[in-house]
Amino acid sequence: MTTLEHPTLRDVTRDNGTLRQFLHGLPGVDQVGAEGRAAGLATRSIKTTAKAWAIDTAISMVDLTTLEGADTPGKVRSICAKAIRPDPTDPSVPSVAAVCVYPDLVSTAVGALRGSTVGVASVATAFPSGRASLETKLHDVHDAVAAGATEIDMVIDRGAFLAGEYLQVFDEIVATRQACGGAHLKVILETAELATLDNVRRASWLALLAGGDFIKTSTGKLTVSATPPVSLVMLEAVRDFHDATGERRGVKLAGGIRTSKEAVRFLVMVNEVAGDEWLDPHLFRFGASTLLNDLLQQRHKLTTGNYDGPDYVTVD
Amino acid sequence: MPDEAERLRIRKTYKLYVGGAFPRSESGRSYPVLDASGELLAHAAQASRKDVRDAVVAARKAFAGWAGATAYNRGQVLYRVAEMLDGRREQFTAEVHAAEGGSARSAGAQVDAAIDRWVHYAGWADKYAQVAGGTNPVAGPYFNFSIPEPTGVVAVVAPQESSMLGLVSVLGPVLATGNTVVVLASETRPLPAVSLAEVLATSDLPGGVVNLLTGYTAELAPWLAGHRDVNAMDLTGVTANDRAPLQVKAADNVKRVFAPASTDWSAEPGLARLGAFVETKTVWHPIGV
Amino acid sequence: MARFEYAPAPESREIARLKPSYQIFVDGAFRDGSGDAIKTINPADESPLAEVAEAGPSDVDDAVRAARRAFETWSALPGAERGKYLFRIARAIQERGRELAVLESLDNGKPIRESRDVDVPLAAAHFFYYAGWADKLGYAGLGPAPRPIGVAGQIIPWNFPLLMAAWKLAPALACGNTVVLKPAETTPLTALVLAEIIAEAGLPPGVVNVLAGGPAIGQAIVEHDGVDKIAFTGSTDVGKIIQRTLAGTSKRLSLELGGKAANIIFDDAPIDQAVEGIVNGIFFNQGQVCCAGSRLLVQESVAEEVVTSLRRRLTTLRVGDPLDKNTDVGAINSAEQLARIRELTESGVSEGATRWSPPCDLPERGYWFVPTVFTNVSQAHRIAREEIFGPVLSVLTFRTPAEAIEKANNTPYGLSAGVWTEKGSRILSMASKLRAGVVWANTFNRFDPSSPFGGYKESGFGREGGRHGLEAYLDA
Repeated sequence: MTTLEHPTLRDVTRDNGTLRQFLHGLPGVDQVGAEGRAAGLATRSIKTTAKAWAIDTAISMVDLTTLEGADTPGKVRSICAKAIRPDPTDPSVPSVAAVCVYPDLVSTAVGALRGSTVGVASVATAFPSGRASLETKLHDVHDAVAAGATEIDMVIDRGAFLAGEYLQVFDEIVATRQACGGAHLKVILETAELATLDNVRRASWLALLAGGDFIKTSTGKLTVSATPPVSLVMLEAVRDFHDATGERRGVKLAGGIRTSKEAVRFLVMVNEVAGDEWLDPHLFRFGASTLLNDLLQQRHKLTTGNYDGPDYVTVD
Repeated sequence: MPDEAERLRIRKTYKLYVGGAFPRSESGRSYPVLDASGELLAHAAQASRKDVRDAVVAARKAFAGWAGATAYNRGQVLYRVAEMLDGRREQFTAEVHAAEGGSARSAGAQVDAAIDRWVHYAGWADKYAQVAGGTNPVAGPYFNFSIPEPTGVVAVVAPQESSMLGLVSVLGPVLATGNTVVVLASETRPLPAVSLAEVLATSDLPGGVVNLLTGYTAELAPWLAGHRDVNAMDLTGVTANDRAPLQVKAADNVKRVFAPASTDWSAEPGLARLGAFVETKTVWHPIGV
Repeated sequence: MARFEYAPAPESREIARLKPSYQIFVDGAFRDGSGDAIKTINPADESPLAEVAEAGPSDVDDAVRAARRAFETWSALPGAERGKYLFRIARAIQERGRELAVLESLDNGKPIRESRDVDVPLAAAHFFYYAGWADKLGYAGLGPAPRPIGVAGQIIPWNFPLLMAAWKLAPALACGNTVVLKPAETTPLTALVLAEIIAEAGLPPGVVNVLAGGPAIGQAIVEHDGVDKIAFTGSTDVGKIIQRTLAGTSKRLSLELGGKAANIIFDDAPIDQAVEGIVNGIFFNQGQVCCAGSRLLVQESVAEEVVTSLRRRLTTLRVGDPLDKNTDVGAINSAEQLARIRELTESGVSEGATRWSPPCDLPERGYWFVPTVFTNVSQAHRIAREEIFGPVLSVLTFRTPAEAIEKANNTPYGLSAGVWTEKGSRILSMASKLRAGVVWANTFNRFDPSSPFGGYKESGFGREGGRHGLEAYLDA
């Protein structure tokens, strides 16, 4: 079963063979060419007013994240405060898009964010490995949604994907989608484990066909996360999916993005690859923890002309 | 049975060799070929500009097949020609002796050297690309290699003096590297060339790979030099003073022109001729997963 | 109004250290040429950049004589010593890279992104590469004791002024030749700064002479009795004139001429990378590239998809100030070239092809041409046959590999070609059948000092780059 309304694409998930045929029929990705394109986009020079706009936009796109075994309600309340008002000294700084926590801390976050525009995202489905029964994964989702999560970040079964069991991956996403109810679903591909850009493209389409509202690069738990070429291929996927269906789906880059410079480069990529409709927190997110502070420091530099120091931004 | 001395010999008609066939010149003309002492040997076909045209068409038609054959196959075909030349050693010796004079022994040595040279170039066919080509270590994730490819249709004005060894020495490298040829035989000593064509016709060499014209160099060479479907020209058989107008015409389609100062046909041939009618092709491909 | 407007990010013009006037370089000294003093202009706004005292015929004589004198000592130097001079030049180009890049963009009109990331680094790399050959010429496979030819006259075009100077000078000098170099009339500045670098590197006087000037000076170099070798990069028409001029002489010649490359896209191509390759192929350096992929051959089954993607991509191209770091497409080099592009483009329209360009505001002053794509082009159209040398792409279609080869090869040119397919055996088959000196498979417009470059057919003969590039400057 699928939520997809598009008539021709609905058929491709009929059985695993058909789905495989569709995914393997997508145009290949030449790794060197994709890397070259990503590197070319990274040479854009974003200055002055453009930089100011990009930094504020990036702040508004952050899913401020804490996903540690050591997380406590206190830590979560602290990042929620920061999410609503990233710079206590400057009310013109926008709130971030969401905070992202483990399911058991969702209720804490919901409480802390009540009355704000900041969403509550929760990883679920046996994050980060995804190695659990479907029943357990869905239970995880139900817990988070019941606690008030407005966004669910699920992981796909990379083992099944690499084994060619595409329909199994698809069905799990569909089931998770249903378990989400009204919550938005972000589908984490964990692209580092998919190994090739061809697989990134296929997994992206698989997740989009299954009804993911966002496709997301990574859990952030591996050393390689949201690389520019991977991001490029995923942005191409949502662009092409829009061409095919008229539906705009989002992209979330997570893991390893720590500096404003990187974030601005990714916004350039969003702008020139997917299009400027995607320059919106509803369609593009950064999953990050330390990035926000660098954005704030760069913002300070732009507004005052002086370089900022780490003692002037809050550390949680 | 009459004595051999009394038997009336059958004289050969020396024709052109175009596209694997032996036409007379379309012009119907012929010209007398004399031996070294000035006695009439035969009347050879006197090719016209239209024969040039037909020969170029035949060479172009044969190009894809010959250039596309495996280098091993080209080497085999050329070696087979050498085998057949060796079988006709006496005939060539007699023809070279008649054409060039000197001693019969010296003519025989010329023919032996010519056959050996043919073998030399047959052996080059599947080695030249390794010598002239290779991979290039570019600074990036690309596999990059260069290979020599045949230039195309090559017009060769064969040496005027050395009717067999010289001829073989100019044809061998052009053929070994995969080109097809329109060759103007020595104007005054064309008969060994026509006999060579007869060998080629019965060898495995596809028709059109070598096209042989006999006639007047001054009449025919300009048509070859000006022909826009000829890719390159070897002016070995044109004297230095007569080369400039041909080179001017050759520029019309940016022909590669090989115009050596002089050549000692008995010397080790080296690489220059092999390199004169090849194009270096460089191919890039990304290296990724 | 776009949400994300990139603010201007101009590179500073001051970095170019532009001087009010530039002099020619003869026998180790800078001096005013005996020809006219001309103003070289910035094609982006038509403002004069500097005055250049061009060479006259007597300067050609002086330069050739100086080069002849210098040949005795330069060719006799141990190769390792020559190599060290070239290494010095390579380093100095890197050290003054930013200056050279800005100056190149000012004089030529090309985007700073390209002069900074392509022209200047490749120019330095070329000197590095050939510097290392200088003491190894006997191992180049050309013969055990190859000798330099003598005085090389080198005439280079305006599309890559510094890079082409490097392509010409580096192998010639490494092999022990001396040089009289003539940059193009509209773009003399970086070659003259390169002459400064060469002087600072301490090369003996006369080893390199740089003569700014027009076609008459080029002709004088070609015809000069004291020159042993001509290397020319430029149009096929001029190449033919040079070849005729040298008929009957013993001067050696290498020609790198025009092109009309086919960029062939199969239905199984990596489409997004192919679109990048198409864009890079025809809009790099405003399409003023001899190996530009000016004919796009797309398999019919994906033609619509590819053209749609291409159009979308072109809407993101930024046309404008060459010094802006975000500019993708800069100015056309000269009024003359702009007129030629316009004339051919108009012929495309009148012959029935469909013209399309992205919406684009062009500056009011300067020589500008909007990136243009023609569809419904047939092989007979002038825009499919003649080299436009501008940002104009002609799109044709094919159905089978054989048809693609036939159309790709159906031109008097044969410089380069592109093939895009994910099928390995098809790449190798296409690469072997394309009659072109460089075949880019699943990439386009890649250059490297170790990689031979040059044409088949009317695209010229001889190779530049790599081991093969030595042949043009040695008697083996």
